Amino acid sequence: MIEARELTKTYGEKTAVDGLTFTVRPGAVTGFLGPNGAGKSTTMRMIVGLDRPTSGTVTVNGRPYADHPAPLREIGALLEAKAIHPGRSAFDHLMALAHTHGISRHRVEEVIEMTGLAQVARKRAGAFSLGMGQRLGIAAALLGDPETLMLDEPVNGLDPDGVLWIRNLLTGLAAEGRTVFLSSHLMSEMALVADHLIVVGRGRILADTTVEQLVREAGGDTVLVATADPVRLRSLLAGPGVEVTGRPGSEQLMVTGRTAREIGFTAAEHGIPLFELTKHEVSLEEAFMNLTHDAVEYVASAA
Amino acid sequence: MSIAVSPRRVARSELAKFESLRSSWITLGLALLFLVGFGVIAAFQGRSGIDAPGSEGATGYSMALFGVTFALIAIGVLGVLTSSAEYTTGMIRSTLAAVPRRLPVLWAKASVYGVIAFLAGLAGAVVAFLATSAVLSGTSGAVSLSDDGVVRGLLGAGAYLGLVGVIGVALGVLLRSTAGGISALVGTFLLVPGLMSLLPDSWSDAITPYLPSNAGASIYALTSSDGSLSAGAGLLVLLAWTAAVLAGAAYRLKRADA
Repeated sequence: MIEARELTKTYGEKTAVDGLTFTVRPGAVTGFLGPNGAGKSTTMRMIVGLDRPTSGTVTVNGRPYADHPAPLREIGALLEAKAIHPGRSAFDHLMALAHTHGISRHRVEEVIEMTGLAQVARKRAGAFSLGMGQRLGIAAALLGDPETLMLDEPVNGLDPDGVLWIRNLLTGLAAEGRTVFLSSHLMSEMALVADHLIVVGRGRILADTTVEQLVREAGGDTVLVATADPVRLRSLLAGPGVEVTGRPGSEQLMVTGRTAREIGFTAAEHGIPLFELTKHEVSLEEAFMNLTHDAVEYVASAA
Repeated sequence: MSIAVSPRRVARSELAKFESLRSSWITLGLALLFLVGFGVIAAFQGRSGIDAPGSEGATGYSMALFGVTFALIAIGVLGVLTSSAEYTTGMIRSTLAAVPRRLPVLWAKASVYGVIAFLAGLAGAVVAFLATSAVLSGTSGAVSLSDDGVVRGLLGAGAYLGLVGVIGVALGVLLRSTAGGISALVGTFLLVPGLMSLLPDSWSDAITPYLPSNAGASIYALTSSDGSLSAGAGLLVLLAWTAAVLAGAAYRLKRADA
């Protein structure tokens, strides 16, 4: 469990993270979503103590990360692909990190096997492709068999094979009951793996919600109807929780609160011809854009 | 044994990091080559003139340790690299995520590399001395390990190089840059002593013995000459310099974002 309270980080005039309060619950995949520069990486760096918060606190399983006797057991973090000395082999890199905790050579070989690095483990990490580098970063994150895995933009720049591999790995880890906290600026990627979403923009929380709820709030489940008698259909569909909009004189109506099926039956019952009946789903990407777009406007008008 | 961070384990990790880079061995080899090579060259060069009148000061001992200044640059540069490369490569983020208390990393790096630099320095000085004494045998400059103060002096040379290694590590952590660390090191040990001549004589005489390079040189000098510190005092002064740079490094490591 990761708990952030009023977490704030400023660099001179610039506020990178602005009073974030959130909880990453155990045993679930939480997505940390926001456009580039929203403060995701800075927040993750503060969680593992690489950056010092300007104010506010963040704890990992009840205490600051640095206060744990075996930090690598609490969180395994993949922060940037390049947190490796290019002159060292993958094996030597992992072994050096393992030594700090007295983690066995056996475990090092195990994570090398898990991440598919066995063939290249003795080669200089500097010669690794982006995908191999990312695998090595994940191997390092898995070293301490951590309860929580925290990954910053794990699929950034990966080819489809690599993306699929990471997605399967994360789903597998979550299925084992581990906590997974991962950031991305791609909503579509998140939708596939995350149970819970924390959306940030300009260092502030925009939404702390589930995927379905985010879509619903963004105006999902709208049905587009084109009919010969919009006025009559409109009055027939009216009811509590139902919203029907349409321009006067237009054949088209936008309906929320009724399913396409219900609208079809109602129209048939009353003999109203329909030309079009389309379920209009707001994509996650749209929902996300709406959210972050608003944040940008809010900041601009407040200034 | 349970999985947890301990100072001994962090030191083991730093040793593993040192061993696993080819550049460590190359630079260390270079330091030894300088130490032994320059000593032998100095001995060959000095052998012809050593019996001439007026050259009593040029003992075989000082010829043997002629290479210390060059070796200290190699040792110091390697010390800087040991820590500055963590920052330039991004490795520091992996290191500090594993040891978030941070200071144990500095202590481990400084002591592991300090011991390596001391052992390499001592071994190099002994080999340089034995090689030189072979070259000089039969001349009036002949020396042997059983001569007064020689063993203490060679240990002193090792200690000097060991502390230079620690200073290098601390400069790397303090400045987080390879170029900056090396410049500071070379400036302190090679350039600053020369600048002393710009000061009024009375100032220069008072300050010069306490410079890191001069204090270090007096640690391994066979006899302390006028205007320089005794071996013990030199060691204390250099230890104080080392502690000062380490304190600066510790402050920046602990306070600043990685």
